[in-house]
Amino acid sequence: MAKIDWRAAVLLQRFIVAIFFSACLFAGGVAQAAGGPLVAAAASLRFALEEIVDRYAGVTGSSVRLVFGSSGALVQQIENGAPFALFLSADSGYVERLVAGGYTEGTGTAYGQGALVLFTRLGLLSEPGEGLASLARATSTGQIKRLVIANPEYAPYGRAARAALRHAGLWTQVQPLLVVGANAGQAAHFALEGAVDAALLPLTLAKIPALTKAGNYVVLPAASHPGISLHQQIVVLRGAGADAYDFFVYLQSAEVQAIFSRHGVRAISG
Amino acid sequence: MDWNALQLSAELAAWTLAVLLPLGILAGRWLALTRTRARPWLQALFALPLVLPPTVVGYYLLTLMGSRSTLGVLMDSLFDLSLAFSFPGLVLASIFVNLPFAILPVQRGFEAVSQELHDAAACCGMSRWQAFTRVELPLAWPGVLSAAVLTFGHTLGEFGVVLMVGGNIPGQTRTLSIAIFDRVQAFDPAAAGRMALLLLLISLVTVALGYGTLERRGKAGAGGN
Repeated sequence: MAKIDWRAAVLLQRFIVAIFFSACLFAGGVAQAAGGPLVAAAASLRFALEEIVDRYAGVTGSSVRLVFGSSGALVQQIENGAPFALFLSADSGYVERLVAGGYTEGTGTAYGQGALVLFTRLGLLSEPGEGLASLARATSTGQIKRLVIANPEYAPYGRAARAALRHAGLWTQVQPLLVVGANAGQAAHFALEGAVDAALLPLTLAKIPALTKAGNYVVLPAASHPGISLHQQIVVLRGAGADAYDFFVYLQSAEVQAIFSRHGVRAISG
Repeated sequence: MDWNALQLSAELAAWTLAVLLPLGILAGRWLALTRTRARPWLQALFALPLVLPPTVVGYYLLTLMGSRSTLGVLMDSLFDLSLAFSFPGLVLASIFVNLPFAILPVQRGFEAVSQELHDAAACCGMSRWQAFTRVELPLAWPGVLSAAVLTFGHTLGEFGVVLMVGGNIPGQTRTLSIAIFDRVQAFDPAAAGRMALLLLLISLVTVALGYGTLERRGKAGAGGN
């Protein structure tokens, strides 16, 4: 029969108590964004929104909690009862779906236009400026071993990437080279860490310092991904409180538009 | 360092253990002693969360508990409680996922109690409860401890199910493992690394101490007080 080593047992018990105690102590002591409306946002908007939320806290003293993911995945969560108050989608199509399903208050408002870029690692393309034409050349000469996109099934920038590749006649060719991220943020992360040659990413993420150091990007015109508008849309969700509405209004202010613009979300043309 | 996330992870592990340990002892003991032919099937059923990918488990749990499910609607109307994307929902999911860790080691522990000992206890005039607490449990204790350590450690590290069922809600369902993933996606590898190291150390020490309590001291043999 195995006897119990009581010294070890006591140590274990003390250790576990210590974990709890320190976790509660530190968690309680740190100024948490303990409240504020819960905002679901497309992964591509991470850096823009973090700056906006900081500015909002400075201006109004109110906090906002942000949760990022692919727009499609967030829609699934919302439909399953996730307690979000606002949703910022990278594509208006997802908002339309929520409106049709009765999950929203109002139909939301389009606040900007996303853009897809072709990102290539440093030194890969001699003429990166030609966008998909350069990609086509590099693919046929075998220079591209890996191409990253967000998931075309449920991430707007993934759908735009697929549309762009199809439009350029490259879709079948790149199949064996594709690396797919669960959302645009993960795609950007793969592009940075994963020894990839090229990626199709949102402009908002291609601009971040970590990526600009690792490669070059060229913005693809909207015409290159027909059918995917990348109209960024905000909508208030059912059950949202007054604090969510306040932030919703703030998001449409000129000051915020300027921040979005700086991060790569332009005003909608036309 | 997301202390809130650590607190959530610790609370989740504690609640799971609190509910599952008594359940595990009951079920494990029953499985050890039963002679029913259905035993292999029941063992397989309890072991199911081990073989299913966590995302599959999470998906089914979300279907069962989400706002569109019967259970979800019931909880909402009766208790104004949403199970999906909430901490209580996480606890439920965690209990389910840890069933194999809580039951199977306990079963092995109780199987080690031979029939002669059961008979001897009965002959000594012990009641069922006395036999359980004074003969069976001390002998099965290594199995129970193993179950406790495994359940605690596994819950601390659980990711797939927590993400599916809980979402990533800061302050409510963003456990440490989710927070690490979140920081990686935010291009903040330094923060992710710090939290990962902390989780690694906590898990290592917990499991080491846990198994350390079972170190044999002196000769193994017929024990008893």
